[in-house]
Amino acid sequence: MTVRNVSTLRAENLYKVFGHRSNEAVRRLKAGADRAEVSEDLKVTPALIDASFDVNPGELFVVMGLSGSGKSTLIRMLNGLLLPSAGKVFVEDQELTALGDRQLRQLRRDRVSMVFQHFALFPHRSVLDNAAYALEVRKVGKRDRIEKARRALEMVGLSGWDNSFPFQLSGGMRQRVGLARALAAETDILLMDEAFSALDPLIRRQMQDQLIGLQHSLHKTIVFITHDLNEAMKLGDRIAILQAGRIVQIGTAEDILNTPANDYVAQFMQDVDRSRVLTADAVKEKPPATIPLGSDPRETLQIMVDHQLSTALVTDDGQRLAGAVLDEEVAAAAKREDDSIESLIHTDIPKTTRDAVIAEILVPTDESALPIAVVDDDDRLLGIVPRTRLLAALGRHYGGDTGPSDHFDAAEADRA
Amino acid sequence: MPELHAQADVIPEIPVGAAVERLVDWLYDNFLPFFEFLSWLGTSIYELCSSALLYLPALVMVGLLTALGWWLRGWKFAIYAFLGTTLIISMGFWQHAMQTLTLILLATVLATVASVPLGILAAYSDGISRLLRPLLDFMQTTPPFVYLVPALALFGIGVFPGMVATVIFAMPPGVRLTELGIRRVDPEMVEAGEAFGAPQWQILTRIQIPLALPTVLAGINQVIMLALSMVVIAALVGAGGLGEDVYRSITTTNIGLGAASGLAVVLLAIYLDRLTQSLGDRSAVATAQRATETA
Repeated sequence: MTVRNVSTLRAENLYKVFGHRSNEAVRRLKAGADRAEVSEDLKVTPALIDASFDVNPGELFVVMGLSGSGKSTLIRMLNGLLLPSAGKVFVEDQELTALGDRQLRQLRRDRVSMVFQHFALFPHRSVLDNAAYALEVRKVGKRDRIEKARRALEMVGLSGWDNSFPFQLSGGMRQRVGLARALAAETDILLMDEAFSALDPLIRRQMQDQLIGLQHSLHKTIVFITHDLNEAMKLGDRIAILQAGRIVQIGTAEDILNTPANDYVAQFMQDVDRSRVLTADAVKEKPPATIPLGSDPRETLQIMVDHQLSTALVTDDGQRLAGAVLDEEVAAAAKREDDSIESLIHTDIPKTTRDAVIAEILVPTDESALPIAVVDDDDRLLGIVPRTRLLAALGRHYGGDTGPSDHFDAAEADRA
Repeated sequence: MPELHAQADVIPEIPVGAAVERLVDWLYDNFLPFFEFLSWLGTSIYELCSSALLYLPALVMVGLLTALGWWLRGWKFAIYAFLGTTLIISMGFWQHAMQTLTLILLATVLATVASVPLGILAAYSDGISRLLRPLLDFMQTTPPFVYLVPALALFGIGVFPGMVATVIFAMPPGVRLTELGIRRVDPEMVEAGEAFGAPQWQILTRIQIPLALPTVLAGINQVIMLALSMVVIAALVGAGGLGEDVYRSITTTNIGLGAASGLAVVLLAIYLDRLTQSLGDRSAVATAQRATETA
């Protein structure tokens, strides 16, 4: 076997066919037979067909698919609740699909925990006992168990509810107990099966934000199943799209948004709020010219005239952003023969970071004629986002002009 | 008539009765000491328990039963318990009522011990479930006299054959409702246990049984009620208790005795029924379910 990167979780050509003649069905599917045809001929249900992917350590990997696409089947094979008809699952270098019952239970206790769609809290146990369940199974001592469960409940914002019972909590709170139960287990892998789907939209958004917040500090490896594309786009470092049992595309939200693998995916993307997915990084342009901080008004005016700019950004020799100058003011200063532009620099210009989504930067654009400067943590200028660029990026799926796409390609090359 | 003869010629006679008779004979010949031992053991336990119940003065027992009713169900039921038990005393049935209570409780314990594990097995295995179903049908519907006679042959006259017959007749709902209760536990609960790596035994004892408990307790409640309905038949083979009074009223056509002893059985039945019902209502799961339903 060849050396491969250590991914935390890895699926290799997974098949799951429900029905008596699953082996034959897998053989035919491998030979390229159509799903519907195999299903009809053999009276079987092929739930998952040839799924392969790697989940990297600390990654939030989202599997998106409509009901019946095989996503629940898929996640249950990642902790051995379902065994694949063919294919392998690895947790780091351990082949999960080759483990015996005892080892499998051990693996679930130590490495993989799960959050369920309908919470699956035990109604006969208090909130604290629910949160401590995984530790109880692992035979952690009572004192230790309670302490860890308390800490997990605190993490999800449920301190003080220890002695309540699940039926006394709202849906959102119940799922937070479900999350605390999984977090208390202290496994590095977390499987979340439509964890927020049963919640109403407002609570769902809160839970999503909370998960993102927790993930910032915990760096778990998470596989998150959802049927909600906006949720997938919001949460996922990468997203796998399942269609009728097959993974049709794996990529970042932007990849999928900008280069959908097929019509099915493209159709889905119509419903996505692009302004909440595309980041400044993806739509930024290289500024046509920047003014070095030490320039005098005459040089500055020359550069601006050459590039036909009404405003220009000023940077120091470390490429750090100093501010912007306006053409009329520079022209007036040149006429006065000032020897520095320093007094002309406007410092309160719109700025944003590279991972801000377009929705966040739209507002400043409306109020200002200046382009938005995209800067890194040290205030170094990475690029600019002109207002027209924003509209072009948002308008792509309406079939309009796609605009200069080389910037998207550049953004992709960056990541690669 | 000729048709009947013709049929009899075509279909050979199968001597079911003779086979069972031979089986009982064989058991009698080979295992009589074993059955006698069982009978001795059961009777001894029964004597011990009933004399324990009768050891305390009747009024103290009334107080205890009333207090138990209050604790498990509240003051209204306590009033019923007090009035019911004093009525039994005033009708002169106290001793027999305590004997009947002993018989019922012992039969219920035996039936529960046998039926809950069977119900669990049936819930886990469709095969066992299919196998048990006709057996349970047999136990519930065969007229008790049918197995009372062989029981008499093997165990002799006394309380034990009555207890055996009671257990056989009363057990089926215990099995059925245990199976139902376990099967109806939300599969997601079981899956949660599995997902966190709990072994099967723990899933059974800490998830399935607690969640099935209200249904299991409803089954045990039914066991008790069916056991009570067997008191007269048990009395036929010498089990004593209130059943004996009812039986005597039939043989002597004593309407008054029949009505009074019948009333005593009913009073006892209602007391035990409400008491065991409240056990089910008090379980954590039932509380949780009630709360979610009203929410």
